[in-house]
Amino acid sequence: MGLQGIGVLAAEASAEIAHVGGWFLSNVWIIPAIPAASFFAILFFGKRMPRGGSEVGIIAVGASLVLALCTAGQWIGAVNGAHGTAVEPVVNRWTWWVAGGVDFTIGTLVDGLAVALLFVVTAISLLVHIYSTDYVAGDVRYTHFFAFLSLFTAAMLFFVLAENTIQMIVGWELVGVCSFVLIGHWWEEKPNSDAAMKAFLTNRVGDIGLLVGVSVLFFAAGGTFSILEINTRAIDGEIGHNLLLISALCLLAAVISKSGQFFLHTWLPDAMAGPTPVSALIHAATMVVAGVYLVARMYGVFFEGMVIAGSSINALALIGGITTLVGASLAFVQNDIKRVLAYSTISQLGYMVMALGVGAWTAAVFHLFTHAFFKACLFLGSGSVSHSVHSFDMKKDMGGLRKHMPHTFRTFMIASVALAGLPPLAGFWSKDEILAGTGGWGVFGATGGNGAYTAMLFMGMATAVLTAAYMTRCIYLTFFGTYRGHGHPHESGRRITVPLWILAIFAVGAGWTNLPKGFQIVPKSWTEQFGHYVEPVAAEHFYFPAIAHATPSWTLAIVSTLVALTGAGVAVAYYRRVDRRAAAGGAATELADGPTSRWTVARLGHRVLVQKYYLDHLYTGIVAKGTAGPIARGAYWFNQHGIDEVVNQAGRKAVAAGQVVYDRIDQQVIDGVVNTTGKASHGAGEELRRMQTGKVQQYAGVMFVAAVVLAAALLLVL
Amino acid sequence: MLLNQFLVLSAVLFAIGVYGVLARRNGVLVLMSIELILNAVNINLVAFGSYVSSISGEVFALFVITVAAAEVGVGLAILLLLYRNRQSVDLSEADLMRG
Repeated sequence: MGLQGIGVLAAEASAEIAHVGGWFLSNVWIIPAIPAASFFAILFFGKRMPRGGSEVGIIAVGASLVLALCTAGQWIGAVNGAHGTAVEPVVNRWTWWVAGGVDFTIGTLVDGLAVALLFVVTAISLLVHIYSTDYVAGDVRYTHFFAFLSLFTAAMLFFVLAENTIQMIVGWELVGVCSFVLIGHWWEEKPNSDAAMKAFLTNRVGDIGLLVGVSVLFFAAGGTFSILEINTRAIDGEIGHNLLLISALCLLAAVISKSGQFFLHTWLPDAMAGPTPVSALIHAATMVVAGVYLVARMYGVFFEGMVIAGSSINALALIGGITTLVGASLAFVQNDIKRVLAYSTISQLGYMVMALGVGAWTAAVFHLFTHAFFKACLFLGSGSVSHSVHSFDMKKDMGGLRKHMPHTFRTFMIASVALAGLPPLAGFWSKDEILAGTGGWGVFGATGGNGAYTAMLFMGMATAVLTAAYMTRCIYLTFFGTYRGHGHPHESGRRITVPLWILAIFAVGAGWTNLPKGFQIVPKSWTEQFGHYVEPVAAEHFYFPAIAHATPSWTLAIVSTLVALTGAGVAVAYYRRVDRRAAAGGAATELADGPTSRWTVARLGHRVLVQKYYLDHLYTGIVAKGTAGPIARGAYWFNQHGIDEVVNQAGRKAVAAGQVVYDRIDQQVIDGVVNTTGKASHGAGEELRRMQTGKVQQYAGVMFVAAVVLAAALLLVL
Repeated sequence: MLLNQFLVLSAVLFAIGVYGVLARRNGVLVLMSIELILNAVNINLVAFGSYVSSISGEVFALFVITVAAAEVGVGLAILLLLYRNRQSVDLSEADLMRG
């Protein structure tokens, strides 16, 4: 496909749409229903069970995983049976309630995207469940914890399968509530409950956007909440462009808050206050990918509203690009291992949003898929480390753990390499697809994207360097050097290491599900499998836009690998020097004469990063306390010196005039009237006061007499 | 006509009730008098209901009885608290709202 890919594809789009069915595809509602039922079961009976309800949660999510796999199998069969034509998503809907002539339906929508997410959510959730049985063992609210893990999973599955936008809102909010509960799991400590509150409130900001966006779309699409119909109408051009742009921007606001995009990402690192398995679940499978999923789901609206095709910049791509850089740069200065990973998640989510913004839909979903596995592995690995050293501080309490925790070290290493995007691990393939998808004027030979998003290509490249470097830093501080903590670190139990290894295997292999098209080493039928089954084929009157596909390029792959290696190499060189100094008695974590201590610019930059670009200060110090802050003082100054001068002059004149009026009219005429009225009402009050005896029976008597008088009047008059 | 006798009975009960509410000082007796008034109303409702041979009079009476039960419950609770605070249920002493 050449540069004019859009036109070619539109011409190719056939009117034919295959209809498919199957028991698992039609009855997919069971998948979220099982964990939802398990939530209630654990809540009511969990405490009486031998393992505190955790067994119910594990069995429920395991059953959901099996069903999700069956559904995926049936979907793959359906796509194979369609022989390359577009496949209609399997929709089942029931009327929920009817109001004002509008049918509010509830139902399920299964297509490749939903199937992929079903697998990711249930698989990660199952591993997190198993891991948690060890990690939170002995916790005061053990049963409660598992109940909400179940609900969290159920909420996300409900959201993924949503058939209409109302259902999406419900799932979206449920996910938010569950994350609030789980982040604040140890609410006895103030910072934890603060973090939960912050996550919840920050998300509410975006929720407004979601509500407005959904309402606008409802009216714009002619009174329907159906996701398929809204997308179809948006693509067919039945909705005005301005309306589409407005609703896309509103939905983008929701994505910014939920998926931790730039300027509302501040809740995500704080959400690390929750137990580590929850962080893994939030960052890999449930909470934050909801925003990315929303964009992927409503892609017709975004694609047309943001005019993604044939452009070189749009709000979605820009927000994603900035987020990916901000997240990656902030990950450098964190000493808390979980915070490094949190900023890394922000950065990777930025990658996905950016990919959606440049039209690389499959690449974004594929990155979501691979990222889920290696990020879950990293989080669970960090949990394993903290389980052993009872701290999250890399500089104070870690170092040299590779000898003590071989399994954790190896899996963490594998996942880090996958995250850094080095071949042939998962992250490399998905990251490379995104970079190729930017189009970028054909730099490095990648052609055929939706537009010329060169800026995004370079943002992505810069992030690749940073990612490799901060992960090297993180691994060095945690696993290399000498142990700086207290006590004796030990490897975690099997319930922790087995999930780690499973995730590590996925971190290696998940990328091979979507090998690029021109990849000569494997048979042709092995390439682009993920895209083939997940991405809908465009057709006429269909819910998915005709997007162009970039041709992958060897040059780009080699350049991005070299770029990542450079990042890692610089970090390795830095820490080798640190090691040599440490052997000579220097600090074990950083160079005393590094760039930040020698160059003013570097020091200032470091301070800005440590302060997280001052965003938290902006929100709490200026926005929240705006009236008490500098803005208020500035306004006061202006008030005193600017406005007051005018007011004073006018005042003096007015006083002189007023004096005359006062003496003549006010004192003599008006005051006379007023005083008389006052005296009269005072006197009346004094008299009437006596009636208020406070005796209930007197009041009742008066009431009774009045009733008699009224009754008598009624009789006599009528 | 039988209706007359019922109306007379009801009127007498009502009058006794009103007298009790207005004249008795003991809170419990006041509550009992209110019950008398309500029952006078009930008799009226049932009597008229049967006079026009409609069931709604009796239905209304049932509702009144239910509400009366709730009202007595609240009233007795108030009196109990009054007694705990002042060691008396004399209504003429409870005049904190005097102007």
